[in-house]
Amino acid sequence: MQFGYVSPEQLMKDRADYARKGIARGRSVVVIQYPGGILFAAETPSRSLHKISEIYDRIAFGAVGKYNEFENLRVAGVRMADLRGYAFDRADVTGRGLANVYAQTLGTIFTTEPKPYEVEIVVAEVGRTVADDQIYRLTYDGSVAQEQQFAVMGGSAEQITRYVAENYRDDLTLQQALRLAVEALGRDSGNGETRTLTADALEVAILDRDRPRRRFRRIVGPELDEMLPEPDEPPAAST
Amino acid sequence: MSYPGEPVGRLPNSFLAPGTASFTDFLSRQAPELLPGHGQAGGSALADQTPHGTTIVAATYPDGVVMAGDRRSTMGNIIAQRDVEKVFPADEYSCIGIAGAAGVAVEMVRLFQLELEHYEKIEGIVLSLDGKANRLSHMIRSNLGLALQGLAVLPLFAGFDLDVGTGRIFSYDVTGGRSEEHMYYSVGSGSLFARGALKKLFRPDLSVSEATTLCIQALYDAADDDSATGGPDLSRGIFPVVSVVDAHGYRRSAESAVAEVVETVVAARSVRPDGPQAPVQ
Repeated sequence: MQFGYVSPEQLMKDRADYARKGIARGRSVVVIQYPGGILFAAETPSRSLHKISEIYDRIAFGAVGKYNEFENLRVAGVRMADLRGYAFDRADVTGRGLANVYAQTLGTIFTTEPKPYEVEIVVAEVGRTVADDQIYRLTYDGSVAQEQQFAVMGGSAEQITRYVAENYRDDLTLQQALRLAVEALGRDSGNGETRTLTADALEVAILDRDRPRRRFRRIVGPELDEMLPEPDEPPAAST
Repeated sequence: MSYPGEPVGRLPNSFLAPGTASFTDFLSRQAPELLPGHGQAGGSALADQTPHGTTIVAATYPDGVVMAGDRRSTMGNIIAQRDVEKVFPADEYSCIGIAGAAGVAVEMVRLFQLELEHYEKIEGIVLSLDGKANRLSHMIRSNLGLALQGLAVLPLFAGFDLDVGTGRIFSYDVTGGRSEEHMYYSVGSGSLFARGALKKLFRPDLSVSEATTLCIQALYDAADDDSATGGPDLSRGIFPVVSVVDAHGYRRSAESAVAEVVETVVAARSVRPDGPQAPVQ
């Protein structure tokens, strides 16, 4: 409870700080565009509590922050997409529409609810060509940014973004994109130390441009093991 | 443009509220007017004024299940459509064929497909085959009012049960009562004739191509004796829709492959119009 006069600037700043702190506590999610589609990779301790999920035929959702809050948004997004696709046609469900509604929702919650959502989300839509791909990044206050090539959220997003930006190329194969994402996720400590992430600490999924209808696919088990580098292999980006 | 129940601006609380993983439940709270058959005033005469789908057959074989449907829909004594499709994928491991009021049935199939996909997305796992069959049962029961007015929908549901490793077939009555059928089954106006053929020709060790031929023979017999079931239309090149579900999932048989089987069956029937004979003893 706040007493006395608090300026609107201070109020918003306090809320933003609160949300930012919550988001920075968690592990990161990296989204990378490659010619065959869009890759999502996240470091997660849990097999079943997903940070990355399918929303609709061409649309996927990635989130960091408080699980119950982004799960709430995810379910609402699936409901909205399914309702729209059922009322009109599957082709009429777009990532832009979804990003818009999420932005409105997060914006309203940020200004009117007692506590802002401590989440940051990415809504990505795979198009017919790379030029048609859309990646929207939404923050706790409802701001939307359309990202090109890649997006990083949560944890030490700055260090990870820097690493991905330095090593990104627009002709990455799926395996190269995955290795880049995993290397980047391991470089989240401020002091230049790197960690090697193994398959059981990762959640990986793609929006595969060439799949029919539902493009979302999780990469798990042996398929994921095969794509990750051997423990003694040097990082792909430095070769 | 917006549709009933569409969020304008922020997501309404009904979207964010915890609830079941059922899309039908959500739809009936959020936009009941979009439910299949909503607001259709029935009357006993309606049955003859709306298109009706006719015969669907299904047969299991050791690795899965085959489902086939003829291509005709009728409106009283009129042929409403010659190339209608009545067999659809329900999800990756199941298919659904529909007989009865075509308009309501197609809507019901769309909702059923979405119901399964919605559950899969919300819960992160796929429903069991029995779970899917029960959901369909519930949807048919909610159509009972229309069914009593002549707009009954009678689906045939079949799928590959990943837990057991076999193909399974489920049939329904208008009240939603579901029963599992063993080996083979047929629904729709020509189903009695089709079932006679299935009964005589079925063997438990059929290959997938033999099971396909069996279904086409059964549909031929249904079309032979039921005016509402369409036979293969060689002059227009319209053949039954054949779907196969096995451990690799759902696939629709290629038109060319079905055409080949149909031509063999039709050629044999020009020699023996009543089709293959089962031994008397």
